[in-house]
Amino acid sequence: MDNRQKEIDNLKDYKYGFTTDIENTRAPKGLNEDVIKFISNVKKEPQWMLDFRLKAYERFKQLKEPDWQKPKYPKIDYQDIYYYSAPKSMKDKPKNLDDLDPKLLETYKKLGIPLQEQKRLNGIAVDAVFDSVSVATTFREELTKQGIIFCPISEAIQNHPELVKKYLGSVIPVTDHFFATLNSAVFTDGSFAYIPEGVRCPMELSTYFRINASNTGQFERTLIVADKGSYVSYLEGCTAPMRDENQLHAANVELVALDNAEIKYSTVQNWYPGDKDGKGGIYNFVTKRGLCKGKNSKISWTQVETGSAITWKYPSCILKGDNSVGEFYSIAITNNHQKADTGTKMIHLGKNTKSKIISKGISAGHSDMTYRGLVDISSKASNSNNYTQCDSLLMGNKCGAHTVPYIKNKNSESNIAHEATTSKISEEQLHYCQQRGLSAEEAVGLIVNGFCKEVLQQLPMEFAVEAQKLVGISLEGSVG
Amino acid sequence: MKEQLQKDFDNTIKNLTLSQKDIEIKKFYLDNFINKGFPNRREEDWKFSDLNQIIKKNIGELSFYSDYASTNKVDTSAFVDGLEHNKIVFINGRIEKIDFDYEKKDQIEIIDQSETINKFNNNSSLSDLNSAFTNKSFKIVVKKGYQLTKPLIIYHTTNSKIWSKNINLRLNFELYENSSLRLIDLFRDTSEKNFLNIFYNFDLKENSILKNYKVDKFENKNIKYAFNNIEQDKNSISETFILSSGSNFCKNEINCNLNGEYSSAFVNGIFSINNNKHHEIRTIINHLKENTKSYQLIKSVLEDSSRAVYQGKIFVNSKAQKTDGYQLSKAILLNKDSEFNAKPELEIYADDVKCSHGSASGSLNEESIFYLMSRGLNYQQSRELLINGFLLDVVEKITDPEVKNLIKNMIGIKE
Repeated sequence: MDNRQKEIDNLKDYKYGFTTDIENTRAPKGLNEDVIKFISNVKKEPQWMLDFRLKAYERFKQLKEPDWQKPKYPKIDYQDIYYYSAPKSMKDKPKNLDDLDPKLLETYKKLGIPLQEQKRLNGIAVDAVFDSVSVATTFREELTKQGIIFCPISEAIQNHPELVKKYLGSVIPVTDHFFATLNSAVFTDGSFAYIPEGVRCPMELSTYFRINASNTGQFERTLIVADKGSYVSYLEGCTAPMRDENQLHAANVELVALDNAEIKYSTVQNWYPGDKDGKGGIYNFVTKRGLCKGKNSKISWTQVETGSAITWKYPSCILKGDNSVGEFYSIAITNNHQKADTGTKMIHLGKNTKSKIISKGISAGHSDMTYRGLVDISSKASNSNNYTQCDSLLMGNKCGAHTVPYIKNKNSESNIAHEATTSKISEEQLHYCQQRGLSAEEAVGLIVNGFCKEVLQQLPMEFAVEAQKLVGISLEGSVG
Repeated sequence: MKEQLQKDFDNTIKNLTLSQKDIEIKKFYLDNFINKGFPNRREEDWKFSDLNQIIKKNIGELSFYSDYASTNKVDTSAFVDGLEHNKIVFINGRIEKIDFDYEKKDQIEIIDQSETINKFNNNSSLSDLNSAFTNKSFKIVVKKGYQLTKPLIIYHTTNSKIWSKNINLRLNFELYENSSLRLIDLFRDTSEKNFLNIFYNFDLKENSILKNYKVDKFENKNIKYAFNNIEQDKNSISETFILSSGSNFCKNEINCNLNGEYSSAFVNGIFSINNNKHHEIRTIINHLKENTKSYQLIKSVLEDSSRAVYQGKIFVNSKAQKTDGYQLSKAILLNKDSEFNAKPELEIYADDVKCSHGSASGSLNEESIFYLMSRGLNYQQSRELLINGFLLDVVEKITDPEVKNLIKNMIGIKE
């Protein structure tokens, strides 16, 4: 067996499928006011934060779980989930990295997170969220020098209440849809980033999410505020151990870009997708929304979705400021019994706003993939533009690929163009590659990477390499 | 509305000679409709056109009973000149004339189907409404190998005798092997504020060809819904052309099942609307067997505060390998209050397929206008020329030369 084959075999199984043996502190199972108070209490939150949660919970009780999505799933019992789970050793927060539980550090090492500052070379500031608690934030000093705040959101609530109060819930209000409201009520931790006026963040900010404990839902909340004229690039990665039961992940991500600011948000999502027969895996029901609040602001979403049993999310942009720009680049790959219903919403409110959507979907095995998107140009958004391209690639006749775009144009000075294609890898292309000495699998990998290239190019370097590898691994066993 | 429905239903039944069983069936559909009511925005298929609201706003209370005892005078001057054709004439929903003068009598069969209610491939409440209230329904059969020499024009005429009425029509067509039919639906309304609910069913056997041209050109204040269900066997071809222009509200739905190999479906449509009009075309093309083909082209020109909606779906099941499906919608918005909504949908379960769709909407290209003006045309002329060319593209897709000329004359498109 040659080296390459060995490497593929190693990667074939979900390489992040380990669990770490760490004692957890959990809130009592189930969802009620007491649990919310418990979470708020453990986090030593001020009263306004608790009120925020309770208001969301009140609303949540009135809402019905949506069921219009394509991938159906068995009913989730929201009383059978632990809403808070923290590694026990975290109770008294470590002051620096040396204080961390060595086992935790080992986990992150397995995950390949440059948590130790010695890995400075990578130059990425990481906020790692383990189950529900932010474990450590690296490079804080360097960021502080520039006035950048990058910390777990629970800390931000304590130390920067004025910022959190102002922006939390301003993009995803407590009265939003079912899962967003659930998150608002019970979110446990997440990242907070504030880039002050005129600052270009010198390094990529990054969060790493991991669900470790079983029966836990992960409800993190990310809030990024880019003040006037600032720039930030933010990376998010996710993994979870292999478990037979399905786990719920309902995060909220809010981005706010003020005048002339730019936020670039990249995700490589590799939650545990379940085994070959579709048993287990993560339900990834995430709400991501960006608000281009100021003039000339820009928000760009890039996502590589390879994991999760069900992915159901629509990272969106509200283009409120004049001349603002929204972008969405996505690769979604489903294999075996995975299901995805993903896409974006571009809501044009300001004048001269522009948006671009590039979506590449690949489905193999028994999987099912849907692109669902909305482009809405309001009557006031004159001279706006949208370009959408969604391409789907099918491998085998047991899988499905669907495109459901909603296109609304209420402004005669604005243009919308939408294209979508569905096809398979052509025999000619495959033949050509194999003729040049590539195996069928390598050939497919090469062609698929070419198919995704437009999106992969958008990712920061470190991520691009990982993503490219993931694309290959996710399609293992789908050829021939 | 419930009492009104019940009362009108009883009156309708009284005037029909139906068996107890048929009355039961009609009652069942009535109850279904009473339960569901008119479709509204909460239903995905009606997301962009809330019929319930539209009827409430434009008509108010509807009555569902029509007195079909007395005949209406057929106004022959309204017939299309210069094109010999067969006729079916509906006046205010009553069938007044069926005439296949130009055809061999033994090759066409007209069956009165009033008593048996055939099920439709449509689960909207409008199908229930139609089943409950249609009084006369005919099935037209074209025999094996017979190709009609002249087109059939169905005149849908309404006049000022009716007001705030719901009219339900239903026709069935069966085209046997190797037969062909050209069918033109011509709407002429001088009535106002009525709701027309029209259901057609086409059964296309092997190698048969159907060409259906639906022309709604004359200005009127009615609300219309028309549903075409087309079942296609091996090698059959269906061509549907829709001109959506005259009515206040109009929704055309085409559901096409490609049940046989090598069958193909073509749907071409034009929205040319102004004022407060709200029009929609919704198509569903189901590719169910190998080597089937579909092609759709929809173009819209929207003036004033008009609104057009196009919902098109291409469905390919896992057996339908080698499917070729294409769909394109383009819209020009001429006024800041006009609106175009589209939902072009692909649902695909087979891998060896070629499916694509495109959708674009925007304003007239200022550069093109500038170019034409620099050649000596004024602004108005340039604009007309561009719109003319934009729409001509769809009309040119009509494969029948006679009908193509007729429609070109009708909508005043120049070559």
